[in-house]
Amino acid sequence: MTAPRTALRPPQHQFDPRVLPWWRVQCLIATAVPVVPLAVLGLLIAPARAWLLLPAAAILVFGVAASLAMPVWWHRVHRWEVTDTAVYTLTGYFWRTWRIAPMSRIQTVDTTQGPLQRSFGLSTVVVTTASSAGAVKLEGLDQDQASALAERLTELTDAIPGDAT
Amino acid sequence: MNGIEHAEGAEPWRRLHRDGLKVTALYMLGVAVGAGVPVAIGIGSGPGLLIALAFVVPGAAVVIGLVVGYESIRLRVTRYRVTDARVEMHTGVLFKTRRSLMRERIRSVDLTANPLERVFGLAKVKVGTGETGSGTGSTNEQTLTLDSVARAEADRLRAELLRRSAVEAGEDGEQRLATWRPGWLKYAPLSFLTPMLAGAAVGAVFQVADWFGRGGLPVQVVGDLVDEYGPWTVLGLGLVGLLVLGAIASLALQGEAWWGHRLDREPGGTLRVRRGLFVSRSLSLEEERIRGVEIVEPLGVRSAGAGRLDVVAIGLKTDQEGSDLSTLVPAAPLPAVVDAAEAVVGPVDCALTPHPRTARARRLRWAAVAVVVLAAAATVPHLLWDLPALLSAAIVLAAVLASVFAVWTAFDSYASLGHALTERHLVSRRGSTRRATVHLDRSGIIGWRLTQSVFQRRMGLMTLDATTAAGKGHYAVIDADEHEILDFAAEAVPDLLRPFVVRSPE
Repeated sequence: MTAPRTALRPPQHQFDPRVLPWWRVQCLIATAVPVVPLAVLGLLIAPARAWLLLPAAAILVFGVAASLAMPVWWHRVHRWEVTDTAVYTLTGYFWRTWRIAPMSRIQTVDTTQGPLQRSFGLSTVVVTTASSAGAVKLEGLDQDQASALAERLTELTDAIPGDAT
Repeated sequence: MNGIEHAEGAEPWRRLHRDGLKVTALYMLGVAVGAGVPVAIGIGSGPGLLIALAFVVPGAAVVIGLVVGYESIRLRVTRYRVTDARVEMHTGVLFKTRRSLMRERIRSVDLTANPLERVFGLAKVKVGTGETGSGTGSTNEQTLTLDSVARAEADRLRAELLRRSAVEAGEDGEQRLATWRPGWLKYAPLSFLTPMLAGAAVGAVFQVADWFGRGGLPVQVVGDLVDEYGPWTVLGLGLVGLLVLGAIASLALQGEAWWGHRLDREPGGTLRVRRGLFVSRSLSLEEERIRGVEIVEPLGVRSAGAGRLDVVAIGLKTDQEGSDLSTLVPAAPLPAVVDAAEAVVGPVDCALTPHPRTARARRLRWAAVAVVVLAAAATVPHLLWDLPALLSAAIVLAAVLASVFAVWTAFDSYASLGHALTERHLVSRRGSTRRATVHLDRSGIIGWRLTQSVFQRRMGLMTLDATTAAGKGHYAVIDADEHEILDFAAEAVPDLLRPFVVRSPE
């Protein structure tokens, strides 16, 4: 007889589909940082042109391919869930990390929105506990959904007395 | 003068002790002599001693004058008071700062006095709150230091600031939990301080030689010795000599830090650690903030059957290496450490669940990588250059010893791995060069972090991190069985993990 085996189930929700273009733009920016200077130098410095343009082209091809493919995969892997008792997230594939923060121990709930995120209508919810292990972040929620969620979390945590340590 | 300030609250403002100025003046005099003499000798060897003194003495006087002047203004402008709700301090010579701590948040009061301060009957008081301050630098905002007040005033402040919770406990006086014995000093030379201090001594020799413009002298002396007595004698005796030196220094440092140590439980639920030969230190810690203990056995100390006891408490950072602030009992025989741990947090004895064999395979794999790298590092120089016999032998010997150590560490760190639940605590043991067993209060766990790398997944392993507000913020059970550890976590903190796990038949 084999004993039943316990395993983690993935969190329920995927992030908003608009994270795909947001991640893609981030990837492209990261690609442009080495490619643009290499290309400009390559055009200016004739003797070293091949040595500068070839790596630039290689990085460009790799970066564009990654920015097309990777976000689709990330979108499938990263998940989140908020229940009445806890916040639950899963990130990473090669290094998977599940994080669980109980509602009763949450100290602050913030929403943040960078300029890129704003242009896609996305927002991040940051949930901090008293631990120095770092905040639990839900990056890439619809901005209205994010503020509604933050409000709900704040209400839930306010209802529980104590200083959450 | 103080009358005007009464308006804000009934409690009058107090000032720091005037004798603090004398302490500063004497201290600066010492610094000036210590720094001035080598400079005077340095200059004096050139143009002559009188000219040197003509420069150095006024220079020293100006420096002492400036520092003492600054200090006297600081002493004059610094005021503090303890009201019903807060501790407040106003200070600042150039920039005014006003610091105010809520009394109900105060978790520790730390008294220190260096020998000079002791002569004048003074002490520094450091008041700490339980705020962990996850942002960098914010811990600073949460402490308040009175530098310095009279000894009696310091004791009064300590008693008053931690009195609030004294209600329920009977006034039956202190309870002794652990007392240090001078015999425990025999563990000091086994600590990692010994090689570190030996290394520092070598550095210091070069530094001093450099000051006198003879930077190459130590190398030359060693070269002459090698010519005379042969390389192996010099290398062997040199290492032994350095280690003996390091051991003596380590003995002196730890003896100074821990002389007269005692750990008491005071009425009102505070722990108090008192220790120190020249600089007397006293740390009071509210038990309400304690979330567990950690029994730490560094390799050298462990080989002698000893360990030390650290506390896992909110507001006491333990992650800086070398900080002994969170240490309740220094290196001592394990039974004594366990007794102290039980006196602080209750029963700690339990059988640990070993981790799967694959965890050992994982460690052996790391060791194999280390051996390959070491072998390559030892071979490459031989291929590139024609090495002298001594150097070649030394490289090979070092690589072989390091490889043996890597493999031994793999077995040993696997043997260390283990976890268990007791009625109150989650227990996790890990590590080889620094084996540590943490007993973390289950009610102090404020979340889980589970991680699994691609390699761990193939081996059916998983790492569980219990996050907490205390100590270093998270304590891990590494490389446990990926199914068993989930049951373990679900049992440790009821209802937290359960909604997120599924049970499936194999």
